[in-house]
Amino acid sequence: MNALLARATPYLQATPLLLILGFFLAIPILLLLVVSFWDYDFAGMYPGFFTFNYAETLGSWVTWKTYGNTLKFAAIVWAATAFIGFWVAYFLAFHVRTAAMQMVLFLVCTVPFLTSNIIRMISWIPVLGRNGIINSGLVGAGVIEQPIEWLLYSDFAVILAMVHLYTLFMVTPIFNTMMRIDKSLVEAARDGGARDWQIIWNVILPLAKPGIAIGTIFVVTLVMADFSTVQVMSGGQSASVALMMRNQMSLLQYPAAAANAIVLLVLVLLMVAGILRIVDIRKEL
Amino acid sequence: MGSDKRSAGFYVLAVFFGLFVLFLYGPLSAVFILSFQGPQGGLTFPLNGVSTRWFQNLFETQAVGNFGASFTRSLILGLMVMAATVLVSLLAGLAFRHRFLCASPLFYLTVASLVVPSIIVSLGIGVLFQQIGVQPNWFSSGFGAHLTWTLPFGVLIMFAVFNRFSPAYEEAARDLGASPWQTFAHVVLPMIAPSLIGVGLFGFSLSYDEFARTLLTSGSSNTLPLEIYGMTTNVTTPVLYALGTVTTAFSFLVILATLGTILLVNRRRARA
Repeated sequence: MNALLARATPYLQATPLLLILGFFLAIPILLLLVVSFWDYDFAGMYPGFFTFNYAETLGSWVTWKTYGNTLKFAAIVWAATAFIGFWVAYFLAFHVRTAAMQMVLFLVCTVPFLTSNIIRMISWIPVLGRNGIINSGLVGAGVIEQPIEWLLYSDFAVILAMVHLYTLFMVTPIFNTMMRIDKSLVEAARDGGARDWQIIWNVILPLAKPGIAIGTIFVVTLVMADFSTVQVMSGGQSASVALMMRNQMSLLQYPAAAANAIVLLVLVLLMVAGILRIVDIRKEL
Repeated sequence: MGSDKRSAGFYVLAVFFGLFVLFLYGPLSAVFILSFQGPQGGLTFPLNGVSTRWFQNLFETQAVGNFGASFTRSLILGLMVMAATVLVSLLAGLAFRHRFLCASPLFYLTVASLVVPSIIVSLGIGVLFQQIGVQPNWFSSGFGAHLTWTLPFGVLIMFAVFNRFSPAYEEAARDLGASPWQTFAHVVLPMIAPSLIGVGLFGFSLSYDEFARTLLTSGSSNTLPLEIYGMTTNVTTPVLYALGTVTTAFSFLVILATLGTILLVNRRRARA
């Protein structure tokens, strides 16, 4: 009896997680897959098996342009967050000497990420706007005559805000892997005559790769899914895949949005699978 | 690194780090300062006098929609999500310590929950509730949508905690005659308590700020982020900043309280 209970325990413990993710994640996605083949008009959705939602999505050059734009955002934001994330994590892990100071500085980086994304987005408006701090500062100093228009409501603003919102998702995993690098490896490299940059390039960077990979998964999936940053920071002048879906949703074109969702999901999962070939996350936790 | 003298690289990186912190906090402090804008002031600097008028404005319901009601909803939802995240993650973390059928698929489902774009979750749950004929509501469909975002964090944290957890403590307790429940309640639970508090903080904060997942799942009543998002398009006074200051201050308060609790728990444990 006891042995039976002991064997059943992990199943019982895993059940709530399975039920919640099953009902709120797996079933909704399977349903979207089904609905993406349905017909619709302004009044409702009609079950069936039609492929025109996909034909319309994949046949339109707007879709391809939007995907291109979203991938461009993902690539630039990835490069910026990886660069910042690596150096911030490296500084915290190898240059800050006491564990207490490391913890304090890490928390300083973390706290803003636990506050509202939308507030952090709109906080750029008084900085970047036509009469914002940067423009009035530059005009006041006589560097420029006219305020720079492309600071706010532009692709630049979108990318800046995304880097602002998502860098921590890069810093944390890289910091985590760096903290587990054996410091004696660095000592050995130094004793062997390696210079600082050689240590970084040949010792630390290769060992930090799993952290960079996990950070990449976070940043890429967050950017690919983003619509609010694109909408607010571009002032409606730029597009992303999720924003396109959002517009279809507000027009109640659910089957069209579902087809879009499936295409986006396949793309994101392929990207993640590609990254997971480099790193085994279960080992990294 | 090893030597006592700081290298030039240290100072370059220290400046870089400082700029990063400025990048994180600079814009937020601009919002904070501008929320005290005078009655005639606008959305940008300079300050046109100093007042608390925009904060007062916030609490008059007709001016900016219903701030109080959406805040209450977000608060309750955050607490619900927090409780569910802590409990379910803890149970799942315990389950993953053992070998069981489907452990791997369940783990990958959890990771999938993290990488599936939020708007797809929102759309999927919205359509699901429509198809089964249940009215979406923030405390039902919205609650579930938030859990798909907080649970993977909670489970992965618990996974990491139990990876580093030595079974020797439990074996010792068992050898001394403790029942499985006593072992759990008096040995395991106190040791992982700080991590559980951390999971709770994540659960609450992620839910309190979640926007995309709430979009199609909150039914007819707004949560706070939805309310704020609505305001970004149609409010052109500093009341927007006042709202930003209030919610951010609230988030900071929650974080501080959590850190305080963790410190307290650690100190009590150190003394015991």
